[in-house]
Amino acid sequence: MRFDTEFRRPQNAERALAALRELVRETGPIRLMEICGTHTMAIAKAGLRALLPEGLELISGPGCPVCVTPAGAIDWILRLSERPDVILASYGDLLRVPGSVRGDSLLRRRSLGAQVRTVYSPVEALALAAEHPDREVVFLGVGFETTAPGTAACLLEARERGLRNFSVLSLLKRTEPALRALVEAPDFAVDGFLCPGHVAAVTGAQAFAFLPREYRLPAVVAGFEPGDLLCAICRLADMVRRGEPALENEYTRVVTQEGNPAALAAIGCVFTPAAAVWRGLGEIPESGLAPGDAFSPWDAAKKFSFPAGSSAVETPGCRCGAVIRGVARPAECPLFGSVCTPADPVGPCMVSGEGACAAAYRYRNL
Amino acid sequence: MCLAVPLKITSIDGKRAVGEAGGLSQTLRVDFLPGLQPGDYVMVHAGFAIQKLTEEQAAENLAAIREALDAL
Repeated sequence: MRFDTEFRRPQNAERALAALRELVRETGPIRLMEICGTHTMAIAKAGLRALLPEGLELISGPGCPVCVTPAGAIDWILRLSERPDVILASYGDLLRVPGSVRGDSLLRRRSLGAQVRTVYSPVEALALAAEHPDREVVFLGVGFETTAPGTAACLLEARERGLRNFSVLSLLKRTEPALRALVEAPDFAVDGFLCPGHVAAVTGAQAFAFLPREYRLPAVVAGFEPGDLLCAICRLADMVRRGEPALENEYTRVVTQEGNPAALAAIGCVFTPAAAVWRGLGEIPESGLAPGDAFSPWDAAKKFSFPAGSSAVETPGCRCGAVIRGVARPAECPLFGSVCTPADPVGPCMVSGEGACAAAYRYRNL
Repeated sequence: MCLAVPLKITSIDGKRAVGEAGGLSQTLRVDFLPGLQPGDYVMVHAGFAIQKLTEEQAAENLAAIREALDAL
């Protein structure tokens, strides 16, 4: 099968890099942003930054959903973990994120006796609720549009099965409002976007059409293999050169124009857009997904009184906020690599395996 | 977070299916892709299939990348 290996061939990479050198010679310096944590890791792992011609800069944007979760939300979750009747379940990355007190994470709380489970899918959290009818199982739902449909399916199933001891704390985020906030910020300086392939698998490529249409910014929906990424970067640089911004879809084996209608219907049935706080960007209207009124009994925010607009308390010295907006590079943070490392992280960009700082640290020699 | 892996469906029972890659199998949900059959390939994220894959589409994608590079 050729879904991944064929897209890693070095011949294509060499041709793309040669084309890029020519393009950048014509355009001068170009700054492109990826807005997907999985892209951040794929780019770092393949060592693409070191191969790109001088003058072409790749910047990581707010693409790591764990990284954009504000410390105030983690503080509240840590307090919830103190309840003996509660089992918390989430993806491994979120469990490692400290709140406003350094080192205090769900993993630490688990070592102190809190009931915290690592799950790969929200389906496992639902199974936990069925196994433990005497406990409240709270799934910490973090992610973008890729992750939202599965979370919605579990809420639909909890309602259907009458599982009243299951609830979801939705930390889910929507891509478009955050991108708009980023582009409209006064310090925004990016020439084009690598758009997230698996978000687009759900939303459809057309969800990013607003970038060229309203902001005259080139946008290419990209896959995750080196061949995909280099081709997408070439197409962005070529649009910059021609001065003709458009939306292009490089990842056609997975992404269609209209996305996955059943997945979008599940999101629409369960969630409504709501204001959400992003680390680094602040509160953005309609950038979150909250369970609708019909799902209130399964909404952990209502069940356990999650404070609205929970604040983004930042650790002193930590520049995760600026890194998330693409304004500072990881190495420009005074804590990077000295005080803040993956073994003892200060900010979420170093905690999450997909954070810009973790990627920059782990692959720093590439 | 938005990592997704290609799996080959080996069996389906309603919304639940079993998929396989590299000799390892995994249960997954197929709520969002009606009409899947054993033998189909899907991209799976956090336990849910989000899109169907075909060899033809992969080949077309590869050809499109080569074309795009040729055109530069």
